[in-house]
Amino acid sequence: MSHIESSKNAALTRRKFLGSAVATTAGLTIAPGVLLFRAAQAKPAAQAVTSKVRWGLLIDNTKCSTGCDDCVTACKTVHKLEGHNRPETDVQWIRKLTVTDKQTGHVMSLPMMCQHCGNPPCVDVCPTGASFKRADGIVLVDRHICIGCRYCMMACPYKARSFEHEVVHDQSVSAPRGKGTVESCTLCVYRVDHGKIPACVEACNEAKHGAMLFGDLNDPESEISKRLTKYGGKEIRADLGLNTGVRYQGI
Amino acid sequence: MSVGLYKKKLSLLLAGLILTLPLSLFAEGILPTVPKAKAKATAEYGCVNPVADMRRNHMKYLLHHRDQTMHKGIRTKKYSLAKCIACHVTPDKNGKYPKFGDNDFFCSSCHNYAAVTIDCFQCHNDNPKSAYSSLNLNRQSLPEGHEKFTSNDTLPSGDAK
Repeated sequence: MSHIESSKNAALTRRKFLGSAVATTAGLTIAPGVLLFRAAQAKPAAQAVTSKVRWGLLIDNTKCSTGCDDCVTACKTVHKLEGHNRPETDVQWIRKLTVTDKQTGHVMSLPMMCQHCGNPPCVDVCPTGASFKRADGIVLVDRHICIGCRYCMMACPYKARSFEHEVVHDQSVSAPRGKGTVESCTLCVYRVDHGKIPACVEACNEAKHGAMLFGDLNDPESEISKRLTKYGGKEIRADLGLNTGVRYQGI
Repeated sequence: MSVGLYKKKLSLLLAGLILTLPLSLFAEGILPTVPKAKAKATAEYGCVNPVADMRRNHMKYLLHHRDQTMHKGIRTKKYSLAKCIACHVTPDKNGKYPKFGDNDFFCSSCHNYAAVTIDCFQCHNDNPKSAYSSLNLNRQSLPEGHEKFTSNDTLPSGDAK
């Protein structure tokens, strides 16, 4: 529904748009140089997700600072991810990478997580069908089916997936997880289904970094699409042709 | 005594035994004692469906709902495992919640008796008090540039506070 409405909105002229926006003050937000009109609704609980929407993230790397790991902390807190002081094998759904350009000495830091590929290699290799892509583009592991073979971990070029080696207690109700299965960033699927934004994005914005933006890549009126259209966004390892849902600026 | 009368007496005796058998079994604790749910989900049935149906088919409902939620993002509350737990797992006198595996944990009370192993709680939380607060669903403020959503469906509240 909202998709249809938004395409109708796109057809409005700027003048008409402004006029109607003034008439209906509700739902209008004016940010510097940006007008937002649409008030998206969380989908009804009984409705299945559709491919009309494709959820994505835009990470503005010029605003992401070295040493800040607010997004990582938020993810670990919300999903109750606990380590065992074994950095090589402890689970991580999102991590910070520090990349140095050897030629210029330029150092940058960027968050790395499941890139929610359009053509996910983890899904290609999964022998049981546990690794799958939801209609709205979110790549997930169905741990009811996962046998813990870790083939997907090998296939992922982003090292985004982890294997839980230990028995887990007191899990988050919204993020059930246990020993012997593979897991990764879910794009906070339970929050998204309830009309909320992912925890990392929320934390980044609450701390006034504003380096992460979440939205619908299929909706030309969404803020993320507008920014991507205007400034572009890079895929990491674009040469692999994976059509990632997570895009980066300033890398 | 004629054979016919003897047969009649024996059958009466047997009938009496059969009638009292279930009662004595419960009294002596041979059959499992299933803890009472916290509240009635529906006025007419008690549970979300008639109890007899739930006893026979709960696994089918849970399995179906599991796939619907996981793969299609359908998050209705009727057959949600978290909602079952919220209502069926009750605290003892000291306010302590039983863990999965204890005989006074709702699922275990019967599954231990029937020797049917379930692995739901290797991943899912068995405690109804586990916080939905991690979701921060009440937070209204959204950062600049994000669409303002209005959630018209809330999570099962249960007794999660």
